[in-house]
Amino acid sequence: MALWNEQRPFIKFDKVTRPVIFVSIGSHAIVSGAESILSAITAYVQEQAIDADVEVVGSYGLFSLETLVEVQLPGMARVALKQIKPEDVGVLLDSVLNRFLPDGKAVFQHRSDLHQAWPNVPFFDEHPFFSKQHRVVLDLCGKYNPVSLPQYVANGGFFSFAKAIRSYTFSDICDIIDRSDLRGRAGGGFSAGKKWRMALEVAAESRYVICNADESDPGAFMNRLLLEGSPFRVLEGVALAAYASGANRAFISTRNRYSLAVSRLEEAIATLQEVGLLGENILDSGYNLVIKVKKGPGAYVCGEETALIRSLEGKRGIPSSKPPYPTTAGYKGKPTVVNNLETLANVPLILSKGPDWFRSLGTETSKGTKIFALSGKCAETCVVEVEMGTSLNSLLDLAGGMAGESTLKAIQIGGPSGACIPPSLMALKVDFEELKENDIPMGNGGILVYDEKTCIPDMVKFFMGFIQNESCGKCIPCREGSQRMLEIYQNITRRPVTEEGHNTLERFKGVIQLEGLAEVMKDTSACGLGQTSTYPVLTTLKYFREEYEEHIFDRHCRAGVCKDLRVYQIDLDKCTGCTACVKKCPVNAIAGSPRMPHYIVLDKCIACGVCLDTCMFGAVVTH
Amino acid sequence: MGEIDINEILDKHRHHGSESLIPILQEIQDKVGFIPEDAIEEVGLMLKIPAAKIFGLATFYNQFRFGPRGKFHIVLCNGSACHMVGSTTLLEHIEKDLKIKSGQTTRNGLFSLEVVPCMAACSEAPLMVVNGIFYSKLTQSGVKEILESIRKSQ
Repeated sequence: MALWNEQRPFIKFDKVTRPVIFVSIGSHAIVSGAESILSAITAYVQEQAIDADVEVVGSYGLFSLETLVEVQLPGMARVALKQIKPEDVGVLLDSVLNRFLPDGKAVFQHRSDLHQAWPNVPFFDEHPFFSKQHRVVLDLCGKYNPVSLPQYVANGGFFSFAKAIRSYTFSDICDIIDRSDLRGRAGGGFSAGKKWRMALEVAAESRYVICNADESDPGAFMNRLLLEGSPFRVLEGVALAAYASGANRAFISTRNRYSLAVSRLEEAIATLQEVGLLGENILDSGYNLVIKVKKGPGAYVCGEETALIRSLEGKRGIPSSKPPYPTTAGYKGKPTVVNNLETLANVPLILSKGPDWFRSLGTETSKGTKIFALSGKCAETCVVEVEMGTSLNSLLDLAGGMAGESTLKAIQIGGPSGACIPPSLMALKVDFEELKENDIPMGNGGILVYDEKTCIPDMVKFFMGFIQNESCGKCIPCREGSQRMLEIYQNITRRPVTEEGHNTLERFKGVIQLEGLAEVMKDTSACGLGQTSTYPVLTTLKYFREEYEEHIFDRHCRAGVCKDLRVYQIDLDKCTGCTACVKKCPVNAIAGSPRMPHYIVLDKCIACGVCLDTCMFGAVVTH
Repeated sequence: MGEIDINEILDKHRHHGSESLIPILQEIQDKVGFIPEDAIEEVGLMLKIPAAKIFGLATFYNQFRFGPRGKFHIVLCNGSACHMVGSTTLLEHIEKDLKIKSGQTTRNGLFSLEVVPCMAACSEAPLMVVNGIFYSKLTQSGVKEILESIRKSQ
């Protein structure tokens, strides 16, 4: 123990004897070339025979900083340098190792009493992005090597698990979590402690725990960041949930595309098995636990717990009706607990800091923190963790507000199965009950920001196309409803073929039917996918009706996104009369004699855009 | 092709139940690049599941493909952030240029196209990966140039 106390500050990098260079590597950083930077740094350190350590760390969640390199010199605070390119490495390391910071590269430094601070560099807790967050679950992401067990243990990791299996019974843990009021983070908001107890109370020879990290909706990446940044915390949470519900086998189901997350998880599991924190007779307690990583083959419907279980059983991911709930008869007919990754990552913290600490965070009904991933037209694409009860406005502020000059039109919370929220409701707080009162689902935490150049019907069309593709086809309202709704959306974002007959009438009818169709689908679909996928339709019809009307009556898309509704014209000053567009036009809508300016016959034009692509003089304009 | 590889994978799972069907298919795809027809039959014989059922399962999930990949495998991100900056138009453009749809391979075997919901690199949107090389913040002309340069290199 004495040795541990002596070593611990070194493992936590509170004390370093030689320079340490941290390179942040996550899947986002890899896109910006982090791997080549890592190899450039290792090569440089070797070439120059510099006595330094190189550590791979996860991501902090602010992607514009990437690739982020941090340097800690003995006696100096750990300082972060942003947007490093492979060619910068030599110059950069040279100057930093000689205690000189290059201009404009330093973003923040970590506060520590043991170290001397760098002049003119803000501290981590003063940086506008981090100061307003409440990083509890994401605490270790970015700071430590994700696959290093000593670093996790030095930060208090696995103490909760060791304490739990030595001094608590299964039901004690359920009690503690129940007292903390931890609710499911995937959107449902069901109490985690209650769920575990339900599984525990069913008499069965085996039980299972499934950690749902299969985040398949477009524009959600918070689970990926957490898995890549601190896999041990997730594993400890899974282990605790398994212990509390009396399960000896647990699965972590993640996406097959998350190759980095999978490899880090597998490495972490192998380490745990080696030291005896997983496997048989853990810490002489007589408790056995095996955790396996399952790569989901990619189906959005597998977010539904019954579908996920079937997919793990090697069948089609089709949801079954409840009851029986998975806690009674789930995986292979045995009691199964399915929890979201973020929910489970909270568990070790609740056990080590106590349920009262957790209850002190958040609002009356929703305790703790919530992780959000913001993308779209906000200034920064980022992952943030905030206390429950934070307003949507402040979430947007964390992402640096809107990008450039654009103004906020709406935010879509929870991806294709979430609601579209207009600026007037941005003062709403992140809280299960408050959002529910306004008929907004909490969703999993993906937030998409729209600006004035985003067309609302087009976005809903995009989501509906996704739902139509992902619908498992088991129940009719979802299978047929999503198909019909997609057709209606395609119809209103397209130019009518003719004005004759019932064509125009059909278009109007579509919108009238849209609302009814969505209501029916919401009420009668068998699972969450069908029920919640109508939220984008219903909320946009409620808050952005005028935009629909513009599309139908005026055939005008104010955002200029719907290509088919654009009006094409030829700028007479720029047109040279080369007749290139005339030859390409599929409906002969362009008229004019050679070497004279041409014009487009609007009645004939089908807005295919070929002339725009063809013209070499930029004479074709749209509005 | 790949006969021996498949046997290796099957041997590994020989004593497992039907729950290992998806991992088996995933391993086959990782090795061969797609799921060949005779592999489905062999897996069916081993797990005692009708081949039709396996085919039904494999087509249900997005991951599996049934034709070989092209020499250059294009993966285009069509997540919501990418869609907002025009990835759908890019997709149309690529489909028109290569004369294939998503999930298909060109006749000369040079290109294959795959569309994925999100690659979690939304600040770089729109995004495309060709054989592991990332191309970010794409434009229509940029895509055209990339395709042209690949064609020329062949």
